[in-house]
Amino acid sequence: MIELATRAVEATLAAGATDAEAYAASDTGREVRVHDGAVESLTAATQRGVGVRAWIGQRGGYAYGTDLSDDGVSALADRAVAMARVADEDEFAGPPSGGEPAATLELSDRSVVEWPAARLVELAIAVERGGLDADPRVVAVEQAVCADSAEQIAIASSSGVAGEYESSSCHAYLQALAEGEGGKETGLGFGLARGPAGLDPAAIGREGGERAASMVGAGKPQSRSCPVVLDATVAASFVSFLGGALGATAVQRGRSPFADRVGEEIGAEALSVHDDGLDPEGFGSAPFDAEGTPRRRTALIESGRLRTFLYDTYTARRGGVSSTASAGRGSYRSQPAVSPSNLVVTTGALEFDRMLAAAGDGIYVTDVAGLHSGVNPVSGIFSVGAAGRTIRDGALAEPIREFTIAGDLVSMLKAIRAVGAEARWVPFGGSVSTPPLLIGEMAVSGS
Amino acid sequence: MTSGGLLEPEVAERVLARALAAGGEFAEIFAERRGGQTMSIDESRIESVQAGDEEGAGVRVISGGTAYFAHVDGLDPADLERAATEAASALRGERREHRPLTAAATTPQPVERRPEDVPAERKAALLRELDERGRATGAEIAQLTASYAEARREITVANSEGLLTADDRTRVRIGVQTVARRGDTVETGAETLGGHRGFELFDGDPGTIAEQAAGKALTLLDASPAPSGSMPVVVAGGFGGVLFHEMTGHGLEADHIQKDASVYTGKLGEQVAQPLLNAYDDGRMPNEWGSDSIDDEGAPTQKTLVIEEGRLTSFLYDRLCAGRDDVASTGNGRRESFRHLPIPRMTNTYIAPGDAEPEAMIAEVKRGFYAASFAGGQVEPATGDFVFGVSEGYLIEDGRLTRPCRGATLVGNCLDALAAIDALGSDFEMKTGICGKGGQRVPVGTGQGHVRIAAMTVGGTEA
Repeated sequence: MIELATRAVEATLAAGATDAEAYAASDTGREVRVHDGAVESLTAATQRGVGVRAWIGQRGGYAYGTDLSDDGVSALADRAVAMARVADEDEFAGPPSGGEPAATLELSDRSVVEWPAARLVELAIAVERGGLDADPRVVAVEQAVCADSAEQIAIASSSGVAGEYESSSCHAYLQALAEGEGGKETGLGFGLARGPAGLDPAAIGREGGERAASMVGAGKPQSRSCPVVLDATVAASFVSFLGGALGATAVQRGRSPFADRVGEEIGAEALSVHDDGLDPEGFGSAPFDAEGTPRRRTALIESGRLRTFLYDTYTARRGGVSSTASAGRGSYRSQPAVSPSNLVVTTGALEFDRMLAAAGDGIYVTDVAGLHSGVNPVSGIFSVGAAGRTIRDGALAEPIREFTIAGDLVSMLKAIRAVGAEARWVPFGGSVSTPPLLIGEMAVSGS
Repeated sequence: MTSGGLLEPEVAERVLARALAAGGEFAEIFAERRGGQTMSIDESRIESVQAGDEEGAGVRVISGGTAYFAHVDGLDPADLERAATEAASALRGERREHRPLTAAATTPQPVERRPEDVPAERKAALLRELDERGRATGAEIAQLTASYAEARREITVANSEGLLTADDRTRVRIGVQTVARRGDTVETGAETLGGHRGFELFDGDPGTIAEQAAGKALTLLDASPAPSGSMPVVVAGGFGGVLFHEMTGHGLEADHIQKDASVYTGKLGEQVAQPLLNAYDDGRMPNEWGSDSIDDEGAPTQKTLVIEEGRLTSFLYDRLCAGRDDVASTGNGRRESFRHLPIPRMTNTYIAPGDAEPEAMIAEVKRGFYAASFAGGQVEPATGDFVFGVSEGYLIEDGRLTRPCRGATLVGNCLDALAAIDALGSDFEMKTGICGKGGQRVPVGTGQGHVRIAAMTVGGTEA
């Protein structure tokens, strides 16, 4: 892969760029979808491509493609240069400077290669069975999915970046359906690991089944303001939203509620959050970021105080600081952009039962919907659909759904009354590790 | 278009034979060449200028209800054969024969000016115009970003039943996002314009969308928190159609229905809405964002009446689901790319206009909420619970819009909300959206005139 990246850099310089960077990726993956004990689909995927950033002085352009022949790469290089000619000059544009990775990380698991597809099928079926066995009210599993992949990434640049690594990952999830008074309810269970050998299918299935069953008979809560406990999956969604607002692009361009607030108290003292691109447990870990800068650990919020933002090469130059190695990209089809690696919320001391007791009377939220449309990333104001349980006299009571929780991110962070003791990794919208959070007060809208 | 497009017939025959070498009732090759260009303007500077090209194929073999699927990059005969071998590798049956291929002609959506023939500088100039027009709308516009995207997908489908067909799809879209600021108050606005057509889409006055996006943000500077609780809701036309898309469209996709994971399961022929309501999924609307001449399994797209006078009349089918119900595909088998399996998806979905005047629909509401535009929505088809984020909303008091509201979300349940639609406006507009399902994103059109729902939960932050 590094050979391909280097060849693409050379081709881009030959095409007239003053600087160039190439990101080459190749992966092979499998996915099994099962329903009712039978395989719905079995997919085998291979893909390989390269994306090139070309700079002409301080104008930057990007091109990507899958034709990796010499002619193909050369055509791609020409396009990247042509794209750069259209862009306006930007004094901070330019190639990354790279550096030596601080650590070697073991990111691959052999079971991704060693397990035959048939074993992956068995695992998905076991996930489905785990859901069905979880509770007599679980009537079906809409779909159980298990997928794994192994990828190789290489980055090279005319400014001296040259690196490559391999990693693997595997995930399984199911959507269980429970039925009872009031109709059907759904429940999601999921697990992730570096390879299928690291997954516990029965536990994943059980989570989906139990979540669905616990919602049977759900009603609508009264509109009010009350304490709210966010379970780890819901807390992760908000932390992910916070991570976006702490990205330097949003901050420098006046689109973050946290601009100009470094050093200030932006959250309750109980809240500490860091970004760690080297966390051995994190699925966003890698030796370097998407433009070759060695990953590191960055404290973002310490005891409620904002310490720094997340920077890639461009925003770091513009802000006169160092990159926090926060360049990410979905694939070779996209240019790097500022994004968190693994966001980690420091755990607190409060166990779940004690957190419910501390809430007294309130709401436990286990699911939120509409985050992509109900959250304003510029102002931090949000209103999202939710489902969960009533908390009464410090204990979980009846299930509730079809309500919203609303507020603004800044007030919510300040209203955090306690941080739970048990954290969990959640892979939705980034890689986040967080325990449940108790918010002192939030607006709940129901009937 | 009459040829085999991206596939030589003899190569396609050989690949299909290989796909069926170890059995299977059906085999299919989906070949695709996709390319596009995007750029944006931010801080009045053209940036993120990007172009890309990819080609590849997905081979699918169906045996006993299981889809065996493999995809590869590249369209060389060797690439296609590799995919076929991989797809068939888990099968252990007897070789099956495929039917000889016959090319089926299609008529792609007309494109007058190919975007790839328009100089990139012209696209940059369009973005600069959006930037200037949006910023000129008001001094309180603090930030503006605009984006331009063009994409072309040439696809060819060949299957073991002898079908060989192709489509050539070109889509262009611009979008504007604005930030307005007054002291500590910050509001945003957005608007898009897109179609399944060429650069001629921008022949009119595309700058108006920048003014609209800016206008929304400026209006919201005067907004107060949205109310909370259950009340009548009037939804404006155009992107308001996302309401029907989420509330009903997803629940009519046959994969959810067949797994008993939709609240519409078993309701075919039943009254699900008041008799005033007619709704369609139409993949043939000329130059509309969600239109194609064929779906991604080669079935012709069609206009499907899904609700007739309040009665549920059809689900939306791909090939596999249609086979299970012993009906014909409705041309709704769509996929994001050659890297994905086709599943039932909407194309352009809309509620047909009624005969009420929008002003009169509002005038009849004592206290309610007016949703002028949505940021998006989401539904869980199995439970029917949905949520919509309102990007521009107003309070209705004594039959008039009184004040703009920020931060509102609408939540409800499909069956209740659909049945509660009690007035339809005579206006009509289509808007563009990107719909996500099963990890695949496809372009969809949504539309309607004004729609009134007698009661719905508005979730705001008002104390």
